[in-house]
Amino acid sequence: MENKFFVDSEHLSPEMLKRKHELEENPAARTNHMEYMPNMEVIESDVCEMVMSQMKSFDYSQYTARDVRAALDHDTCSVEDFKALLSPAAEPFLEEMAQKARLETSKHFGNTVYLFTPLYIANYCENYCVYCGFNCYNHINRMKLTMEQIEREMQVIADSGMEEILILTGESRAQSDVQYIGEACKLARKYFRMVGIEIYPVNTDEYRYLHECGVDYVTVFQETYDTDKYETLHLLGHKRVWPYRFDAQERALRGGMRGVAFSALLGLSDFRKDALASALHVYYLQRKYPHAEMSLSCPRLRPIINNDKINPLDVGEKQLCQIICAYRIFLPFVGITVSSRESKSFRDGIVKIAATKVSAGVSTGIGDHESKYTGKEAEGTEGDEQFEIDDDRSFEEMYEDMAEEGLQPVLNDYLYV
Amino acid sequence: MQKEDKLIIGGHEFNSRFILGSGKYSLKLIESAVKDAGAEIITLAVRRANTKEQENILDYIPKNVTLLPNTSGARNAEEAVRIARLARELGCGDFVKVEIMRDSKYLLPDNYETIKATEILANEGFVVMPYMYPDLNVARDLVNAGAATIMPLASPIGSNKGLATREFIQILVDEIDLPIIVDAGIGRPSQACEAMEMGAAAIMANTALATAGDLPLMAAAFRQAIEAGRKAYLSGLGRVLVRGASASDPLTGFLHD
Repeated sequence: MENKFFVDSEHLSPEMLKRKHELEENPAARTNHMEYMPNMEVIESDVCEMVMSQMKSFDYSQYTARDVRAALDHDTCSVEDFKALLSPAAEPFLEEMAQKARLETSKHFGNTVYLFTPLYIANYCENYCVYCGFNCYNHINRMKLTMEQIEREMQVIADSGMEEILILTGESRAQSDVQYIGEACKLARKYFRMVGIEIYPVNTDEYRYLHECGVDYVTVFQETYDTDKYETLHLLGHKRVWPYRFDAQERALRGGMRGVAFSALLGLSDFRKDALASALHVYYLQRKYPHAEMSLSCPRLRPIINNDKINPLDVGEKQLCQIICAYRIFLPFVGITVSSRESKSFRDGIVKIAATKVSAGVSTGIGDHESKYTGKEAEGTEGDEQFEIDDDRSFEEMYEDMAEEGLQPVLNDYLYV
Repeated sequence: MQKEDKLIIGGHEFNSRFILGSGKYSLKLIESAVKDAGAEIITLAVRRANTKEQENILDYIPKNVTLLPNTSGARNAEEAVRIARLARELGCGDFVKVEIMRDSKYLLPDNYETIKATEILANEGFVVMPYMYPDLNVARDLVNAGAATIMPLASPIGSNKGLATREFIQILVDEIDLPIIVDAGIGRPSQACEAMEMGAAAIMANTALATAGDLPLMAAAFRQAIEAGRKAYLSGLGRVLVRGASASDPLTGFLHD
């Protein structure tokens, strides 16, 4: 079974529809997704090759219960052990994996859980990524916040008690250039202890500039490490260039960022291979940049505006739990974020096993924090959401729920130095 | 046994030889942990304390306890110095535990940068307690740089694996005149006791308590183990026979003068 991603909007002109269909139906109409576009910086790095060769040779059907048993008995989890833990053979061992994962989590993070919230400041996008609510052919309310609006949103969020923020935009350099994002980050430094970004990948000097604006953490989701599949999902725009995206974290670290976050969007392709590649991306980059802090997210596909049928296919909660436990056992030191895409019950359970960070008070729309946080009717327009969230707990509710689960919520574990 | 057995760090006297970590468990447990551990010093991460309001860790630490802010998050000497100065501004006093890690996986300390930071901070009047990988030459450099104690790791932080660096900690105990405080990796009271028997001046623990089923009870267990180890050290451990017995015919029996 596959997701049906293509949706035609009645608002598109005949020319636009024609172009859209051409991109969807005719691969020859699309650009080479492995070729850099002008102004995209190329760096020398062997990380990609190491990750991809492991992923290509990963045949998870070859692993047996015996391999999983051995992996669970080992003190240090090797790459081979990790592969066994990701395989279908490990499914009957899920409880044991969870027990081991919990032990590793407690060694490195104790009994704590970090809270943060995302802030979308613009949803303009130049890409046609078929599963994303922001894609350029999707008919949604577009919006880009002014600096005054951004500051107001930040005040509302900061008043709720939140100390860490993740600033996001749609991927449009034309609408949301690096300068614009940088100014937003300078504002964020006034209100928050820790500022991260999740924006389109940029060059090293631009990451350096953003770091100077107060950003310390860069999140880039590779979506899928299967380059052929990637090509069929990202049909237009700079995001189509797969290798430039892959090297984003490395450029960010070279630009002085303290930490970087990684992820595949589970459900787009073979999730076991994507999980392997995501973790190895962290693993090899950590060996090259041992000082860097690293974290993994594990989002699954969600419905979007105008396409409520999108779902994560074969990645059920059990599979997601298996992946997260395997991540924890293989990479005991990395942060693991579980977003509001997942349900309350899943998040409450997984923070006691392996996740170390959860979002709260989440909106993936633009400029709607005041109405969502205070109940005050929106004065102006609001931009539509990137995807539907599942867990809509406020900061306060999440704080209390986490404490009730026996965890110490941590709002800030960072110093910008 | 001496009448008064005080731990002296930078001229400050302490009765307890158990330094408590604070970053890995519920803030609500801090007070009882301090009480049951009998701790007089508690560490806290400046990056964690530098919080706006909500639950500030500083509000949970009893006032009669000495704060030992650490520089966790620092990747080099310069960052550690900045964090230490920030701790002072936050009202955390003059004690500082220098922690410099350039490795996010094992969190092993960078001895070279630690020496540099220790020198700068000692010159600024801090009571500097450097966390280090147990190396005699580095320990000597730290003494010369003005450290108040030396804090060698027993095994990787959070690992609860005990005295993996036993022999090298023993060398520090034997050769360095400052208090040697074993930090990181101590997972059980028995390991803490062993380190104290070896002559360590104090023990620092965090994860061992945070991951225990009953934190205050484990704090009390550590307290007793540390006290027992200290008494054993002060009393002078009895001999341990090699291969089960001593030679009945002395090897030096041929000597007549």
